[in-house]
Amino acid sequence: MATLVIAEHDNQELKPATLNTVEAAKALNSEINLLVAGKNCGNVANTASNIENVSKVYLADSEAYEHQLAENVSLLIHDLALQHDAVLAPATVNNKNTLPRVAAMLGVSQISDVISIETDGVFKRPIYAGNVIATVKTSDPKWIITVRTTAFDACAAVGGSAAIEEVDIVHDAKISSFMKEEVAVSDRPELTAAGIVISGGRGMQNGDNFKLLEGIADKLGAAMGASRAAVDAGFVPNDMQVGQTGKIVAPDLYIAVGISGAIQHLAGMKDSKVIVAINKDEDAPIFQVADYGLVADLFEALPEFESKI
Amino acid sequence: MKVLVAVKRVVDYNVKVRPRSDGSDVDINNVKMSINPFCEIAVEEAIRLKEAGVAEEVIAVSIGSVQVQEQIRTSLALGADRGIHIETQDSLEPLVIARLLNSIIDKEKPALVITGKQSIDGDNNQTGQMLAALAGMPQGTFASEITIDGDEISVVREVDGGLQTVKLSLPAVVTTDLRLNEPRYASLPNIMKAKKKPLDVFTPEELGIELSNHIHLIHVEPPPERQAGIKVEDVDELVDKLKNEVKVI
Repeated sequence: MATLVIAEHDNQELKPATLNTVEAAKALNSEINLLVAGKNCGNVANTASNIENVSKVYLADSEAYEHQLAENVSLLIHDLALQHDAVLAPATVNNKNTLPRVAAMLGVSQISDVISIETDGVFKRPIYAGNVIATVKTSDPKWIITVRTTAFDACAAVGGSAAIEEVDIVHDAKISSFMKEEVAVSDRPELTAAGIVISGGRGMQNGDNFKLLEGIADKLGAAMGASRAAVDAGFVPNDMQVGQTGKIVAPDLYIAVGISGAIQHLAGMKDSKVIVAINKDEDAPIFQVADYGLVADLFEALPEFESKI
Repeated sequence: MKVLVAVKRVVDYNVKVRPRSDGSDVDINNVKMSINPFCEIAVEEAIRLKEAGVAEEVIAVSIGSVQVQEQIRTSLALGADRGIHIETQDSLEPLVIARLLNSIIDKEKPALVITGKQSIDGDNNQTGQMLAALAGMPQGTFASEITIDGDEISVVREVDGGLQTVKLSLPAVVTTDLRLNEPRYASLPNIMKAKKKPLDVFTPEELGIELSNHIHLIHVEPPPERQAGIKVEDVDELVDKLKNEVKVI
């Protein structure tokens, strides 16, 4: 039997999270098949067929799957899951939405956000906002798993030559429909895939002051994030939130500005390679995880930093 | 219409939990327990639907030992009309919880079920979706705004990169994200009144649900500690370290 990996994409591009998930799937030592479900997503399937270690790419191209509606896509994944021992998907919003439905239909449990795959159905996953790592063992005959992509390297995007198999099963549950999407348009890299992330917290004082971070982000080619405190205060939209209840990031460089370092924020960024903290409170907990801490008024430090990089 | 809200009793979000010394589980003796913050948002949303005249009745359901009645009473004090307690001493996983909640859906036939998107202890983010699948309902997960219009509901969802709006036929399951609302505080008179509101207790056997966990906890450990680094004197030193020491910019 085999492992089914759910590809993350927007009908045009394959998202890098897919590569980390294929890498995670290798630990199961079985054939790896990939599912690309969407609408007019043939190019995504072509790109996916080049991924190393992938045997087969299932392409399900239908209007019913265009917007990744969980009610429809879960039925498709359920059908394919019957021919696989395990289903692995990156823990993105789409899969967090869809995969538990698949597990419930199969009558098995789901293991969310795994950070390590051991032998014999043993997995590690963070609980309590990452304050505790749990080792769990599943007794299910079929494994439904979401993967915390920052915990796995990306596998090679090229070098494979998988066959593409068109799947003509169309499931339209007709109980949900897509109305609209408001996606922030930005030239900056995506938060979860960026090599550098600069985030602001409550210390930014208001949304306008985030402009101080924009110049630096543009110079460094960085993505912009925020703490939950900044989101709750209405400074910036929620899709910028880094933390337990937001996005989990692990860039090469993470710059935390005016962020105190609440547990819930640390859970989302503490696996970054290098952490810089700029905060005027020298006792802020963020300094306990920062490689380089600068105790300074951010309104003075940021313009100077921008001019010197 | 009837709204069913699921609430979970969890370690308060201000408490930093630690593994027990033998690593068998987390140590939650004598720590403060509260309603899961996302469940609190769910209760608030249901009450607002009632205040707006959209919902006629709000039912709060919780699963666990007799102590979860505290969280049900809190929900009643916030404005829910009655409570359901499914009593069990077992620690359950989301699939089993979804099956128990589904049995309450069978009994109560709510038009809308609201749950939190995840609980801050297990961080599974599964129960609402599993429940929707078992009940054959559509789902609006990670909701930041809901609007009911006849037998349909529009849900604005927090997705990667922005917001997505979906329309679902009722009955449906909604899971709450942070910005759906800001929960109120219970007033003292309402806390007193809540003590008199009806609360039914069922056992899983009475509901016909077998409790069998598929995921077994082997042990828990603290995450690897990250070592604190150094404090730099000024911006010049910071830029120098980033450029020349770790070479990340």
